[in-house]
Amino acid sequence: MREVLHIDWTRCDGRGLCTELLPTLLGRDDWGYPLAMQAAGGDPSNVVIDFQHSEAAADAVKLCPKMALALAYEADQADETW
Amino acid sequence: MTSLAAQMPGLGDHRGLRGTYRLFAAGNNADISAHVQAFGPLPASGIEGDFIDVLESAGLTGRGGAAFASWRKIAAAGAAARSRAIMATKPVVIANGAEGEPLSFKDKTLLAHAPHVVIDGLLCAARAVAGGQMFMYVSAPSIPAVKRALAERTDARNIKIVAASETFISGEASAVVNSIANGKALPLERRRRLSDSGFKGRPTLVFNVETLAHMALIARFGAAWFRCVGTERDPGTRLLSISGPISGQILEVAGDVSLEDVLTQSGIDVSTVGALLVGGYHGRWVRRLDYRLAPTGTESHTVRPGAGVVHVLLHSQCGLEATAQIVSYLATQSAKQCGPCMFGLPAMARVMNAIAYGDRDPRLLLELVRLSDVVTGRGACHHPDGTAELVRSALDQFSEDVDAHLSGTCLKTKGRRS
Ligand code: SF4
Ligand code: SF4
Repeated sequence: MREVLHIDWTRCDGRGLCTELLPTLLGRDDWGYPLAMQAAGGDPSNVVIDFQHSEAAADAVKLCPKMALALAYEADQADETW
Repeated sequence: MTSLAAQMPGLGDHRGLRGTYRLFAAGNNADISAHVQAFGPLPASGIEGDFIDVLESAGLTGRGGAAFASWRKIAAAGAAARSRAIMATKPVVIANGAEGEPLSFKDKTLLAHAPHVVIDGLLCAARAVAGGQMFMYVSAPSIPAVKRALAERTDARNIKIVAASETFISGEASAVVNSIANGKALPLERRRRLSDSGFKGRPTLVFNVETLAHMALIARFGAAWFRCVGTERDPGTRLLSISGPISGQILEVAGDVSLEDVLTQSGIDVSTVGALLVGGYHGRWVRRLDYRLAPTGTESHTVRPGAGVVHVLLHSQCGLEATAQIVSYLATQSAKQCGPCMFGLPAMARVMNAIAYGDRDPRLLLELVRLSDVVTGRGACHHPDGTAELVRSALDQFSEDVDAHLSGTCLKTKGRRS
């Protein structure tokens, strides 16, 4: 089970703190919102976090001013929208 | 499995229930007596837990857009309710009649003429999960007919009507739940399924009203009856809203029907048809008419019916202009909760309009493709994804038109480009 950083788009304001903490995993789109370089299961709301970034990802979760980030394991993600 | 004949005792007595003519068999503005005369009463028993098995063998899928297997949703909500340790939480069941899609009107028509079939279906679904609260979430014009129907029966006192808002996104399942619970028809950020935790944290089932109507008939006549129309992969019938040059009409067609059949049944001259938008504003443009309308199957031979929309574009109409108008509309319908959707859709609309209305910058095409990729999957609901799909299909199906526009002509409106 891989660790996954989930972005809640309804909260994120695109100020980009997370992209500074995880520059190799998150880029920024045209408007500043985080852009997953490696999306878990093809879902760009879920960023694959490898072991060496685990701590930085946990920091991002803590420091995100909008509480838009959460860490989870891939299997916990709902696969359908119903 | 009992034989088909045994499943339909006296079906011949119920007028009209033949071929694909099913959901409206009780006629226009059917009241409770017309309803019972046409379909017979709703069976008092046999719609408890094992109804899930009946639904599974019927193979009913959702008719609101996503085409999930109905039995799986019910089973998941039932399991979630049973797994709650303290105080059994009864699942909530919602009939979703919010038809935000501008090209769709089959749900309003169904609620106007056959409200009792929908109500029966809601009662069946609720019984199957030993449900508690029931809601009918319908747009304002549908409320009087639904109210009247509810007042005509004694078994529907626990059903509450809630007015749906008239936005494109109002029918998205989590927006439905949010609207009923908090009065805000906006999609919710969700990390759990609604069938697990929805309305007030309870297991929640949201079914399109047409899906429920099919359930009501399956409860009466059985799975084999349901399957005697349609095909293995797409059994039963579905309603279609047909629009375009002709005035809108509703068809009930067999599952897996070909687009050509649909047009013929609608009385549309196939030779005038340039392209079809299938599924709705989040759907797909197609130009070949030998596609089959089914929720599963290869992209090259099937097109998903979505919410049952078939919109006709004539040879004389420009598909790029039509798409630009739709994308402009969709951009205004972003619920503005999620950045990539709030900014990305207007950006897509600008580029799409530039291509449609005479800008000749050759980079526009790649820019539109890039923006479509940027927004995809980056919202709390599928609004950006659906919009991107529509745009991709337009660029694919109207590629010669794109070339013509970018070189200053239009194949359809002949040379009135700059
Ligand atoms: S830190 Fe939080 S609010 Fe800021 S861009 Fe990242 S997810 Fe969005
Ligand atoms: S993706 Fe768009 S429409 Fe969907 S919730 Fe977010 S902002 Fe609203």
